[in-house]
Amino acid sequence: MSWAGWLRLIVVGGAVLLLEVLCRAGVIAKTVLPAPSVMAGDLYRLLASGAASADIGETLGNVAMAVIASILLGFVAGVAIHAMPRVRRALDPFLATYYAVPFFVFYPVLIVIFGLGAAPIVVIGTLFGVVAMLINTLNGLDRIPRVLLKTARVHGMDPVRTALMVKLPSAAPFLFTGAKLAIAYCFIGVIAAEFIMSSSGIGYSIAYAFNNFDNARMYALMLFIIVLVTVLNAVLFTWERRIMQRRRR
Amino acid sequence: MRRKTDTLLVIVALVALWQVLHWIVGSVALTSPADTLARAVELLGSATFWPHVAETGVALLYSLLLAVLGGLTIGIALGINRLAGEVAEPILVSLYSLPKITLYPVILLAFGLGLSAKVAFGTIHGIIPVIIFTMNAVRTIPPVMLRSARVMRLSPPQLVSTIILPAALPELVSGLRVGFSLTLLGVLIGEMFASQRGLGYLVMNAIGGHDVRTMMAVVLILATTAVLISAGLLHIDRRMHRRAS
Repeated sequence: MSWAGWLRLIVVGGAVLLLEVLCRAGVIAKTVLPAPSVMAGDLYRLLASGAASADIGETLGNVAMAVIASILLGFVAGVAIHAMPRVRRALDPFLATYYAVPFFVFYPVLIVIFGLGAAPIVVIGTLFGVVAMLINTLNGLDRIPRVLLKTARVHGMDPVRTALMVKLPSAAPFLFTGAKLAIAYCFIGVIAAEFIMSSSGIGYSIAYAFNNFDNARMYALMLFIIVLVTVLNAVLFTWERRIMQRRRR
Repeated sequence: MRRKTDTLLVIVALVALWQVLHWIVGSVALTSPADTLARAVELLGSATFWPHVAETGVALLYSLLLAVLGGLTIGIALGINRLAGEVAEPILVSLYSLPKITLYPVILLAFGLGLSAKVAFGTIHGIIPVIIFTMNAVRTIPPVMLRSARVMRLSPPQLVSTIILPAALPELVSGLRVGFSLTLLGVLIGEMFASQRGLGYLVMNAIGGHDVRTMMAVVLILATTAVLISAGLLHIDRRMHRRAS
């Protein structure tokens, strides 16, 4: 691991340790935040007892569906919009301001349209993720070096082969960035939707525990999400860096 | 000119889509555009609506101020010190993509109900993109400028005010734009769960009372305002980038 990597580990470890000490010393009240070690213990017991498995499974399933939907829809829409410059120019300001609209407020409308259950949650997650993928697809298609397209034409490649052998590989890093963002946004959308007014899933479970003063369960689940998302991000971040570096060469 | 017509066409298409959806699902789920607009005008004309707007506005203003000033300071510091930036970046990126709504109970327990919790929630949403954008902006400043600053023996405050801020300004506006959207989102979520005032509360209250008309009207007002402010920032953003390039 690099020097910065070790330092990062020390910084994060130090922060957790500091939190632990502050909690143990009573500077941070137990009712506000339990010590990290206590949280971890609660999480272990919760996972081992299987009491949260159904909620976790459901949330992960919803996120997976939302991720697949946003990546596919975002990619297809991105390719289609890129092919129509005039539509693209018209849509541009809307895409750029898309994330200014607070989507959670549409959740009740979606419940009436799609019924209670997983569908409205997946739709919210998809709405959150799809535009990140779309924007990055457009970006990726924009950055294909002109010279490569000319070379393809000189070699007499047909459109399908050009797309598969030239366009896709050179747009790939941006597509990856889009997918990475889509995953992060889908997590945010799905968990927030569950938090607001669902009747199952991790988000709901946290809100429920909060309302019932079940701090042990609440913090255990929070820790679970934080660790899960952080690990996922770290993996994607490292992978993305490697792809970008390969392209730069 | 053609560009404006195109934008207008997109708006017409969006309204048409809304109308069609309304026909499919009925008024119980989704009020029609005309009906929603009527309710929105009614709300804008009523005296009870404006205190909620003011409440949300104040919370948003405080959060934005904290997010931008804090984000700038931290971002510049991390941008100047290459190692610190490299150490911090992945941490910041994972904080950015964390579903911060799960932290809501902690914020509530720490700050109590009311304005401070909303502001805190808005700030934690907005500050991270501002930090990331600022940091990247400072990093891309040509090294020759920093070297000349050292030759001229500029003090750190002079360095920031005469070189770093002007050079990084276009990226800072981009950061501010993203920060604004997320801060607003944070403040609204805060109001939806733990407030008796503000637009978020109004939406939640309408949801609870199955008042789809009011809910849609508030959402329409919110979305329009957010998009307009964001579009304004986007306009400034593009002009700056064009001038910089």
